[in-house]
This record gives sequence, structure tokens and C-alpha cells, in this order.
Amino acid sequence: MSGSERVEVRKTYKLYVGGAFSRSESGRSYVVSDSRGRFLANAAQASRKDGRDAVVAARKAQPGWAGRTPYHRGQVLYRAAEVMEDRREQFVEQLRAAEGVGQRKADTFVDAAIDRWVWYAGWADKVAQVLGGANPVAGPYFNLSVPEPTGVVAVVAPAGPLLGLVSVVAPAIATGNTVVVIASQPHPLPAVTLGEVLATSDLPGGVVNILTGSAAEIAPWLASHRDVDALDLTGVDVDGDAGELARDLEAAAAETLTRVRRPEPGADWLATPGLDRLSWTLETKTVWHPIGI
Amino acid sequence: MTGKTFEYAPAPESRAVVDLASSYGLFIGGEFTAGGGSASFKTINPATEEVLAEVTEAGEADVDRAVAAARRAYERVWGPMPGRERAKYLFRIARIVQERSRELAVAESLDNGKPIRESRDGDLPLVAAWFFYYAGWADKLEHAGLGTEPRALGVAGQVIPWNFPLMMLAWKIAPALATGNTVVLKPAETTPLTALLFAEICQQADLPAGVVNIVTGAGPTGQALATHAGVDKVAFTGSTAVGRGIARSLAGTDKRVTLELGGKAANVVFDDAPLDQAVEGIVNGIFFNQGHVCCAGSRLLVQESVADEVLERLKARMTTLRVGDPLDKNTDVGAINSAAQLARIRTLSDTGDAEGAERWSAPCTLPDHGFWFAPTIFTGVTQAHRIAREEIFGPVLSVLTFRTPAEAVAKANNTPYGLSAGVWTEKGSRILWMAEQLRAGVVWANTFNKFDPASPFGGYKESGYGREGGRHGLAGYLR
Repeated sequence: MSGSERVEVRKTYKLYVGGAFSRSESGRSYVVSDSRGRFLANAAQASRKDGRDAVVAARKAQPGWAGRTPYHRGQVLYRAAEVMEDRREQFVEQLRAAEGVGQRKADTFVDAAIDRWVWYAGWADKVAQVLGGANPVAGPYFNLSVPEPTGVVAVVAPAGPLLGLVSVVAPAIATGNTVVVIASQPHPLPAVTLGEVLATSDLPGGVVNILTGSAAEIAPWLASHRDVDALDLTGVDVDGDAGELARDLEAAAAETLTRVRRPEPGADWLATPGLDRLSWTLETKTVWHPIGI
Repeated sequence: MTGKTFEYAPAPESRAVVDLASSYGLFIGGEFTAGGGSASFKTINPATEEVLAEVTEAGEADVDRAVAAARRAYERVWGPMPGRERAKYLFRIARIVQERSRELAVAESLDNGKPIRESRDGDLPLVAAWFFYYAGWADKLEHAGLGTEPRALGVAGQVIPWNFPLMMLAWKIAPALATGNTVVLKPAETTPLTALLFAEICQQADLPAGVVNIVTGAGPTGQALATHAGVDKVAFTGSTAVGRGIARSLAGTDKRVTLELGGKAANVVFDDAPLDQAVEGIVNGIFFNQGHVCCAGSRLLVQESVADEVLERLKARMTTLRVGDPLDKNTDVGAINSAAQLARIRTLSDTGDAEGAERWSAPCTLPDHGFWFAPTIFTGVTQAHRIAREEIFGPVLSVLTFRTPAEAVAKANNTPYGLSAGVWTEKGSRILWMAEQLRAGVVWANTFNKFDPASPFGGYKESGYGREGGRHGLAGYLR
């Protein structure tokens, strides 16, 4: 090694909460390894307090985000696709390192993740027409059903560190919800990089909050949190004893009738999504008014 | 207004149009069958405490039998049947309900205590309409925007409350059958009769055996049904406490669930509202069906500048309400459904007194027998009072005031519930703004308590999840 060779500047991987990158309040971190067990980085290990702080940030951001026009939200989501495209090589490298997949497979997943933003960007100003509309009631009434965001959605992201993550976050925020997501524990680095994309995509702080660490540790606090409106357990492991965690989280959510989406092992993230990831975080509001002169 | 009630001669509907059996079995596999155990209970007329019939208490083995019958019917008959044929059975049921509606209305008022005017003009037309509406969906499911190949879930376990017994049955059974599911339904223990009469209607319609099964009983029967391993979907309407328990007990299963639970709706009256109409809406909002309505407008939020005037008109209007014999066609407010519910209404109302709110009840003579509670309002209520926070499920209105629209919204949304809300104002932009701000599944603007099979109904927050009615109502029964 010659003395003049440049030493690279390594990145500290932090949480993304309320639009800021912060370390865990607990001061903890954990080692992230590549597919062959070599050290990649230290990631912040979020605590239950980080989880609660993230819910506070998400709640604070929710009315403003839902108050943007759907057209505007769509543009912000599209902007995320643009910024991701710019960083395409970085994501490919991270996927290859994390999962040990080949170039072609990594390309496929990164491209699909970028395209997923585009798909949901387009839905932002269309879903209300598809899921809502005028109801032909038997009487002189104007009667209209509109979908509205349920509020704060807590998500346990699936193992797919990028495409899986985008596939659960994008539909929730497209309609005006805000999100607290626990990223894949073994492969958190693409999630943090995604946070950097979102931070530079005109997405208001707090709309997406990304926690790295243990779902088993953090998720129970989110599931029982009274200010969480919906709980997405897509990424919760259901094999063997792990099935108990999913059940316990769902039972905790029942205390406040939090909407729950159950684990989805083996989901095919490359398939074109349907509407259900949009519709499950929406409430239908029906407004009646008499018609007369 | 004089506040005087006109003298009316009694105008009782005839009981003779209903022919009740002295005892009823369980409707399983197309037949009325005896329960496996010896347990039974009596259902009474809450207006007189007279026993109407003896009804079987279904045990776990009975629920098991009913679910097995439903499964057989699902696999062999109802599931494979083309939607257009299923539709015809539902149309038949709708027609028979219309043909027998007078009888069913009287039976409903006898068992429930609600005024015949409401069962005749409200419940029964909606029951028929619900079956007619969903019949039309049965062969059009692939056009409902719920996927290109929508499939039934299987067997639905359905548990319904006592406030609109036959209407709740229709809300549950019509969409379930239209989508190709079979059902086991448990009516409330205090109001099982119209569900049992509905079983007869299924026989008259030649509905294939096992497609609809009716098991009667109380909480344990409902619990056995909801947690039965052979049930693919649970649909429940009732209290938030029970709904929470059901959601908890279904955690970790692959059962689907929809819950329509409690409410504490705000009915918001602005100073520019048409006050006479608003007062009618307030009365309809809370005294309709004795206030036994999950979406009742039980919190009146009235703008301070018109509060005195609204209250004066409201009291005058309440003075003209006729409380009494549910079968009298002039009756506005009938009997409280049960002794237990009356006790709960009294207990919560007493906390209103104890916490410093001011009670006013409409002057009326209550019958000596049966369960009765005079239409009542509390003024000087704060958001901290139990009567402003908890669902009373009776003819008791809590009155709060506000100054600004923002304050009205904050107070209206300050509840764990989110089923319905009302807005009264002549200003269109304010109606639409309020409708946007209110966190509730149904917003009635310049009207209240309107229902229609084409109109989705259901709650935000702890008022439950899922929608009943309209295209949305199909989603809970399809995968």
C-alpha cells in the first residue's frame, strides 16, 4: 500500500425519522454482513423509543401529506423513481453485496423497484375514482363514497431488501398515509439508501420513517401503539415458533381495532401489483346530502 | 309551539298477523332441529315482559353441526352454482319478505320493542331492498372491481345485534349468499324471532339445505361460532368490547373478519343551519329506535350563538314525542330492548348527574310493565364526562357547544369511535369541508340516519373495519 493511496470515506448508516438521519437513541448498532459473512457496515439498532418517536413523526406529517393534492403526491412518488434511477448502480451494488445475487438478478430487482414507484405514482390521483363514486340510493339524496387514508401505517418490511420494501411503502403513502417501516434486519443498507432517495425527492419529513433493527423487538410496541392505525405484517416470519410473533402482534393490534395485514411469506414481488395494497390502508367515507329546491 | 300533544285514539296494529310457535329449534341443514343439549331460553316482549316463545340455546356441538351443514352446502351446491341461479334465490327471498312484511314488522316490534312505524316503514323495506340489491350482484362479481376472478371464501359465521334484528340479518346474509358463501348466523338472544321466521322464508324459497343456518343462543354460542375452525369468515355487528375480543381470538388464523362496532357520533349544528330541520334531525339522530343505534347522533355539538334557541326548540319537540306501545301506529319511541340494557342506560345517565351535567327528560307517562326510558338530554356536558365518551345505546343525548368550525371538528373527532357524524349548515363549502375533516365512515349532511343497500356503511378507528352495503360490501366476502 503506497502512502499516497486515498482512503475511502465510509458512510454511517442511520435511521431515517422525521426527515432526519439519526442514530438510535439507545446508542446501539449491529453488524451488517455481506452474503459471505464479511463486514459491510454497522447499522443503527432501533429501540422501542425510536419506534415511538417514529410514530410521533408519522402522525405529525400525516394531515399535511394527506392534504396535498393527489396529483402532487403522485409527482413526489415519481420523483422518488427519478432519484432512484440516478442511484441505480449504487442499489445494484448493495443488492449484490447483501444477497450475493448476480448482476442480472440485481438489475431486475432494482429496475422493478424503480418501476414500482412509477406504478404507484400514477395511482395517487386515480384510486379515488376506482374505489369510490356515486351511490345510486333510493331517494332524493346526493350520496358519494370516497376513500381516505387510514392514517399512520406501521410496516414490517419483507426480506426483499429493496423491491419488497418499496412494494409495501409506496402504496401506503400514495394515498396519503404516513409510514413507520422496520427494514429487513439482515439487509438494512438498501433501506437506508432508499431513505436518502426519499429525503431528496421532496417527500415531506415524517411521511416515511425507516427503522433498522429487530422486528421482534420493535414491532410489538408499534402493534400496541394507540396512534398506529394500520399494521402491515407482510415481512413477519411465520415459520415454526416465529408464527407466534405474528399472532401476538395481531392480537396486540386488536386492542384498538388497528387494521392488520397478515404475513405474506413467499410473495412474488416481481408480479404486477393489484389494488389491494392500496385499498387495505384506505377507509371508505360515505357522505349523504338531500337534494331539493 | 305549545308543547302539547294532540289527543290521539290508540291505533294498535293487529298482533293476529303473526303466528308464533311456542318453541323453536335450530335451523340447520334446511330443517328445524332440536338442540343437542336441553338448554333453552325465553324471548320476551320488552314492552310487556310477556313471554313470546321458548328458543333453543345452541351449544358447541350444535354450532359444529351447523358449520358442517354450511360446508356441505358450500361445496356441493351453493359454491358450484352459477351466479345467475344464486341470484334468483335471493330475488325470491326479497319477494317473500315483501309479501310477508306486515307480519315480519309486527314480529319485530313484539320481540324488539321498536315502534311499528319504524319496523314497518324502515326495517322491512330495507330488508327486502338489501336482498334485491345483492341478488343483482350475484352474476356480476367479476365486474365489481375486486379482481378478475373473485372467489367466495366458504362458510361465513355471522353474529348480529338486537337493535335491527332482521335488517342486520339481511345486511349479513344477502352479500354473503350473493358472493357464493354459505352462512351460519346467530341472532341476538333477546331478538331471535324474526331470524327464525326468516328460516321459514328460506324454506318457502326452496333455498338449498344448509346454505343458511340459524343458531340461537347468547355470547357463548357466538364465541363458539366465531372461533370455529370450519368458519372462513367472521362478520360481527355489536359492541366494540366484543368486537375487540373477536379480533384478538382470530389473530394468527387465516379467517377473514369484518366488524361493525360502537359509535359516539357527533351531530354538529352551525348557527346558519335551518333550525327546525336540524331539530328534527337531532331528534331522529338520537331517539330513532330508542337510541339503540350504533350510528346514533348521541353527541350534539351546537354552535354557542344558537345553543339556547336550539335547546328550546328541541325540548318543545321532545315534549311531543309519543312514548309507549310499540304496536301503536302513533308511537314515536318504543320500549328499551331488555332489562340489562335499561340498567346500563340508567347507570350511565346517573354518571351524567354525578359528574355535574344537567338532565332534562321529556314529560311522558311510562307504562307500568316492560322496560322504558324517557327521551333525555344532558346539557353542560364536557368532553371529559362519561356520557360524552361512552356509548349509552339509549335515548340519551349529550349536548356540548362550540364556537368555531375548527373547535367543532376537534370535539367531533375526539373519540376512539368513528362510525358516523352529522352536519347541519346551509353553507355548501362548509358542508364539504366538514365532511372532509370528520373522521367517520358515514357523514350525514342536513339529514341523519339514512340507510340504503347501495350505500357503504361502516366505521373508522374503533368502530370497526369493513363496509356493508354497495359494491364495497362484496369485498368482505370475496378473495
